[in-house]
Amino acid sequence: MLINEFLLLGAVLFCIGVYGVIARKNAVMVLMSIELILNSVNINLLAFSQLHNNLDGNVFALYIIAVAAAEVGVGLAMVLLIYRNRRSISLDELSEMKG
Amino acid sequence: MLGATDLNVAQNIGFGIIAALMIVAAVNVVRSSNVVHAALSLVAVMAGAAAQYLLLAAEFVAVTQVLVYIGAVMILFLFGVMLTRARVGRETDLNNKSWLLGIPVALLMLGIMAYVLIDGFGDDRLEPAAQVSTAALSDSIFKPFLLPFWALSFVLLAAVIGAIVLARKD
Repeated sequence: MLINEFLLLGAVLFCIGVYGVIARKNAVMVLMSIELILNSVNINLLAFSQLHNNLDGNVFALYIIAVAAAEVGVGLAMVLLIYRNRRSISLDELSEMKG
Repeated sequence: MLGATDLNVAQNIGFGIIAALMIVAAVNVVRSSNVVHAALSLVAVMAGAAAQYLLLAAEFVAVTQVLVYIGAVMILFLFGVMLTRARVGRETDLNNKSWLLGIPVALLMLGIMAYVLIDGFGDDRLEPAAQVSTAALSDSIFKPFLLPFWALSFVLLAAVIGAIVLARKD
């Protein structure tokens, strides 16, 4: 197989995730798009790990999975807190920090 | 070297089918007007990613992906949807006012990345290497990457405590 197949798949998923982060207003949907981005990075890391016959890419992918799990936990807790305080999770209404 | 064996053809066909499914599901994640449908499409993307990891001979990462993402993270997402949105169904205000701006940004990034990748890696082939042994992987985690492993355990601990502190009612 060509390595470019995997790398291009990762690039496509990454761009779809970036589109989601830009286009979505709902905070939960933005977190889902971030998960798409992290998954595409994992595909790239594993493809390079296989290309160079080196295990480091596998280790990085496992660490990314762990960090993504932590990120989703804290992120959703923050979303719940925002929802409880404001009855809404639209990101464009959170403008208190605007100067 | 260029003679494609039967195995390679099967691998390529499998890759193509799974990749097409993943891309369709990913587009559905960012386009769907139903939050629950988007979450379930995300499950399809995660499962497809696990299958791609198997094609890349990384069986341990694939199993971890299924356990952590499909098992745990998706449940968290569904709970998040349930706790923040009372109704399950189509919604009209999921997108920003300027969501159209995302399309040229994404296409521009995709174009640049595709050009760079095709220019840089052209015809580089993945050797059909041996399966990554889980024993070797654990040796790699617990010898050269031990310190990041510890740091990661503290990150997870902090995330657990932080999530509890943030989400509890007091």
